[in-house]
Amino acid sequence: MADTLTPVLTAGWGDERSWTLEAYRGRGGYAALDTALGMAPADIVTMVKDSGLRGRGGAGFPTGMKWGFLPPEDPEDPKPRYLVVNADESEPGTCKDTPLMMASPHTLLEGVIISSYAIKARTAFIYVRGEILHCVRRVQAAVAEAYAAGHLGTDIHGSGYDLDVVVHTGAGAYICGEETALLEGLEGRRGQPRLRPPFPAVAGLYASPTVINNVESIASVPSILEHGADWFASMGTEKSKGFGIFSLSGHVKRPGQYEAPLGVTLRTLIDLAGGIREGHELKFWTPGGSSTPILTAEHLDVPLDFEGVGEAGSMLGTRALQIFDETTCVVRAVLRWTEFYKHESCGKCTPCREGTWWLVQTLANLEKGIGSESDLDQLDDVCDNILGRSFCALGDGATSPITSSIKYFKEEYLAHLSGGGCPFDPIRSTVFADEGVLTP
Amino acid sequence: MTATADTQAEVEKSDLVTLTIDGIEVSVPEGTLVIRAAEQVGVQIPRFCDHPLLDPVGACRQCLVDVPDAGNGRGMPKPQASCTLTVAPGMVVNTQATSPVAEKAQQGVMELLLINHPLDCPVCDKGGECPLQNQAMSNGRGETRFEVAKRTYPKPINISAQVLLDRERCVLCARCTRFSEQVAGDPFIALIERGALQQVGIYENEPFESYFSGNTIQICPVGALTSASYRFRSRPFDLVSTPGVAEHDACGAAIRVDHRRGKVMRRLAGNDPEVNEEWITDKDRFAFRAARLEDRLEHPMVRDDETGSLRVASWPEALAVAARGLAAARATGVGVLPGGRLTVEDAWAYSKFARVALSTNDVDFRARAHSAEEADFLASDVVGTEDVTYADLDAASVVVLAGLEPEDEAGTLFLRLRKAARKSGTSVYAIAPYTTRGLRKVHGTLLPTAPGAEAEALAGLSWDGVVPVDERTVVLVGERLASVPGALSVAAKLARSHGAKLAWVPRRAGDRGAVESGLLPGLLPGGRPVTDATARVDLAAAWGAQSLPTEPGRDVAGILGAAAAGALGALVVGGVEVADLPDPVAAREALDAVGFLVSLELRASEVTERADVVLPVAPTTDKAGSYLNWEGRLRPFGRIMHVPASLPDLRVLAGIAEEMGAPLGFRTPEQVQDEIASVGAWDGERPASPSVEPGGLDVLPRRARSGSTTSESSTTEVVEQRAQASASRPGEPTGDGGLLLASWKQLLDDGRMQDGDEHLRATARRPVVLAPAGLLDELGLAAGDTAELSGPLGSLVLPVDVADLPDGVVWAPASAPGASVRTLVGPAGSAVTLSPTGGVA
Ligand SMILES: Cc1cc2nc3c(=O)[nH]c(=O)nc-3n(C[C@H](O)[C@H](O)[C@H](O)COP(=O)(O)O)c2cc1C
Ligand code: SF4
Ligand code: SF4
Ligand code: FES
Repeated sequence: MADTLTPVLTAGWGDERSWTLEAYRGRGGYAALDTALGMAPADIVTMVKDSGLRGRGGAGFPTGMKWGFLPPEDPEDPKPRYLVVNADESEPGTCKDTPLMMASPHTLLEGVIISSYAIKARTAFIYVRGEILHCVRRVQAAVAEAYAAGHLGTDIHGSGYDLDVVVHTGAGAYICGEETALLEGLEGRRGQPRLRPPFPAVAGLYASPTVINNVESIASVPSILEHGADWFASMGTEKSKGFGIFSLSGHVKRPGQYEAPLGVTLRTLIDLAGGIREGHELKFWTPGGSSTPILTAEHLDVPLDFEGVGEAGSMLGTRALQIFDETTCVVRAVLRWTEFYKHESCGKCTPCREGTWWLVQTLANLEKGIGSESDLDQLDDVCDNILGRSFCALGDGATSPITSSIKYFKEEYLAHLSGGGCPFDPIRSTVFADEGVLTP
Repeated sequence: MTATADTQAEVEKSDLVTLTIDGIEVSVPEGTLVIRAAEQVGVQIPRFCDHPLLDPVGACRQCLVDVPDAGNGRGMPKPQASCTLTVAPGMVVNTQATSPVAEKAQQGVMELLLINHPLDCPVCDKGGECPLQNQAMSNGRGETRFEVAKRTYPKPINISAQVLLDRERCVLCARCTRFSEQVAGDPFIALIERGALQQVGIYENEPFESYFSGNTIQICPVGALTSASYRFRSRPFDLVSTPGVAEHDACGAAIRVDHRRGKVMRRLAGNDPEVNEEWITDKDRFAFRAARLEDRLEHPMVRDDETGSLRVASWPEALAVAARGLAAARATGVGVLPGGRLTVEDAWAYSKFARVALSTNDVDFRARAHSAEEADFLASDVVGTEDVTYADLDAASVVVLAGLEPEDEAGTLFLRLRKAARKSGTSVYAIAPYTTRGLRKVHGTLLPTAPGAEAEALAGLSWDGVVPVDERTVVLVGERLASVPGALSVAAKLARSHGAKLAWVPRRAGDRGAVESGLLPGLLPGGRPVTDATARVDLAAAWGAQSLPTEPGRDVAGILGAAAAGALGALVVGGVEVADLPDPVAAREALDAVGFLVSLELRASEVTERADVVLPVAPTTDKAGSYLNWEGRLRPFGRIMHVPASLPDLRVLAGIAEEMGAPLGFRTPEQVQDEIASVGAWDGERPASPSVEPGGLDVLPRRARSGSTTSESSTTEVVEQRAQASASRPGEPTGDGGLLLASWKQLLDDGRMQDGDEHLRATARRPVVLAPAGLLDELGLAAGDTAELSGPLGSLVLPVDVADLPDGVVWAPASAPGASVRTLVGPAGSAVTLSPTGGVA
């Protein structure tokens, strides 16, 4: 079973001081950069297109195609182009970019340099979630190492190509992971999404053409340069090519990052993770973070690629597989997520701002057994008035846990009402519950 | 003209985009937003954040529509915000009128907007005229399903002395913040916090100090923003609305006057796309209570022979006394000082009264610094012209301002200029002493000029290449240039020789009308020069007068001087503030000395207290009339209140003239309008522009004078050379701490027409003395320290701040409330000194 894994990005994570430049060079790092600098930028774009790499930040937009959207350079009106790496990773459950930057920041940096070269950017920004300070420091240290070694700065590897990388720290807002809000933040403004058009490819950072990509998307680029587009495309499924990091968290024996081809099933991944914790069984899970509708045990064999999860009524998202066993109260879990969205709503648009305010109160009452069955219809209807009506996808995401949980677990909601409150013992779902520490 | 219009129409036709909205085909110009295209087919899509004069944000989501075909054969999967969606050929849009999806989406958003909105409509100013109320009725659900807790905030917070914010009423549409940032350029309010706690906030250290703040109240789609002066005063359904024209400057802004039982309750911006769009200044909005103050004159008064004090008289008596006194003085001579705040009709009456009843040309409306050169310029280059319009500012490549600070002196013009700079790429240059906040807001460039050196600076534009002056250049000169010899002559010459457009922008609403009506010693109505015999005969014939005085009269200073010296037997004075006159001390002496003084006034003043006859006149609300704005555009307005005892100036003057046996031939504004139309404008030769040489100051950089081109010298270099040149003016006070005072009136000041609204006055800018950094260093002063500014009239202690003024020049506001530099220190151009007081403001 172990050969299901395809460790590429995660390959060197176990090395001694894997995050250092020395360790990275030791595993062949920065060789792909030489290959890239020997190519015409347009050929790299073509190569990434051919590889079939799709954005790893959630939406799965083809990366090479995104690069191709940059308008041709206009000698009349020369504007700088920017690469911005989205390292804001704040979606509940998502935990792949942070470990990647902790364990092998140079993989990302090499990707940044190659990608910047490909799109003819001379400045790149890495926008790192502010709360993960140790990770920020690690990326900063890697950038410093790369400058010192001549991988960054002027005349990189004697190619004549110059690139500066700026590491920017976020200030604690989930919305700043949304690419246009991120740009606002980078420019020093409040993080709120921008109106599109103009799209970032045309007028992004400082109104200049900008490419924004997820950490994992960019970190995948060196491997494509090294092994070729066909190699990358040979993995995964027809429309979801390559590999990705699957982050298993929650009620499995060995939570962590499992790098596998897209299309792998949860059943396989749970096996790799040693199974559901002893004596328990899978109840529900998120395929790609809290913004993706939850699935249940009946979906264990759904291929985890963009199409498969879509057909199952959810989204692949960021492959943040949060696993919940039968000890978990779905109403409680959904309320917690909804509180998160209410707290993180940027406030710009009515449906998300006001809707989350309402949803939280209704859910909180339901958890306490207050309300009636019609409240469930109302929840569904309020979600219907938010989904697809909000300014950005945060509002859409806020409705996912609610509508999907009502779909699969309506009885459990009703049990709260008939039983005058939550029928679950929350302690039973904790990690320490089975250790007998706190169970009365 | 027609040919151009036709081709334009054709071009436009080909730019039209045809789409289908609710099954109806409609063609609209490219780039039109769907929400406005829908209006063309008669569908009003509900909206909150959308405003046609603000950049779209798409924040409220109230305007969602269904788009089954985006014009490419494919439908849009989600409902779209019609306020951010531009039309495309072949697009199909279904609004709430035809699409259940759109209807549900809109109802859903409306319900969500209401969950956190308080139910205090019965006590809310907006209740009855509230877009939220109205659209909740038209596009909302009948019943709420929200039964949990609403978000609440402590009741209202002052975001300025005038503007209050009830946060829980706010629907977070960002209209107020976008207006402040985009239109006014005063981004002192911003949305802060996030989620449902998002709210409009102010900077902790900076008040919401904007001359245009009241517009936010008007465009707020709910009652979240209210004004301290109107809050809780009345309900919209009790108000009667009448269109009007703002009387506080020469811009001619359209306003709406809302009144109840004979009392004006509030004023709002009218919508005139060609003039003020939908915006007015806070002065136009809030300054209307002066006529209701205690000192309003209600009855005519005459000076009692026995007691020597004024006593109430009947109209017939007062008119008779006035007529007798004036008739008696006619032989010696009577001077007329009508002031600059008259309607065109009242100005006409003064002009005819002076010429026909008093047989004099001793008439001058300019209650401020003035010169013979200015009078000539008004006769040669201003009267009868309509060369520059607001729209021309958008079309202009360059606008040059000289002696004019639009934000303070012509607020509507300022906003249009800012719009032109923001949207049309118009470049603004200011011949001014320092980079004002207003200049920064129009992204303008300063051509640093010490007061008095404006003429040279204007002359420099011809040759120094800093500013491109051609047919696409507009030169706007302010009335302050009257005190700079040569400036107006040079401006006229500059415009003529480069084909640029020129306009004179005075400060007062009646100034331009006074010019057209001939309230100048050398100018008769319709631009007829006094010295032109044909013009005189033409007018005399139209007026049915035997003859008209042939000699040009005295200007304001001349009239006052002659009155003081006994060379004039009487004065007729209109709405003139003595403090506004160039030499108030001499003016008071003249008013004391003159044998007979007739005052036509609204409120007790320094003139009425000295007058022999006081004749109360109607405020603008009580009469019909019109103003001519700086463009030369007629801005008529109707009477709002019918108060039979309240007589316009023209009726009072007609009454005196009748008593004098020289009837004017009209008694009502309508009759005057007919007469103006029948007399018409002068079609004879225009006098030549004045050709006063600039004050003999040599400011031309040597290189330019020796004939070399400026292509090699960069713009900044030339600007610096100019700055140096204008700083080291010969003959100006230097050494001994001698400084030159630059000064003008700010929009909100101690002006009497702003009396009665303390909230408005509290938003006036705090007075400071601005000085160049070097001077402050020299004096050991830091920004915020206080210093004593001393001049010919006395001294005043004010805080100081730094500005990019030329060396040797300081600036202070002429008429700040409680700190009137013009009366306590001296007029603009005075020699002053600045000395530290050791204090901190
Ligand atoms: C509320 C919200 C939060 C997001 N957070 C992240 C994030 O933390 N990291 C990320 O890469 N993309 C995030 N995205 C997606 C980005 O907007 C964008 O699609 C992505 O960075 C594009 O990169 P990719 O094409 O490489 O996937 C978020 C989107 C939304 C709506
Ligand atoms: S959906 Fe609206 S309120 Fe929510 S985060 Fe996006 S823009 Fe902000
Ligand atoms: S105060 Fe009024 S205008 Fe400003 S955001 Fe709130 S609702 Fe909109
Ligand atoms: S009016 Fe369109 S989103 Fe507000």
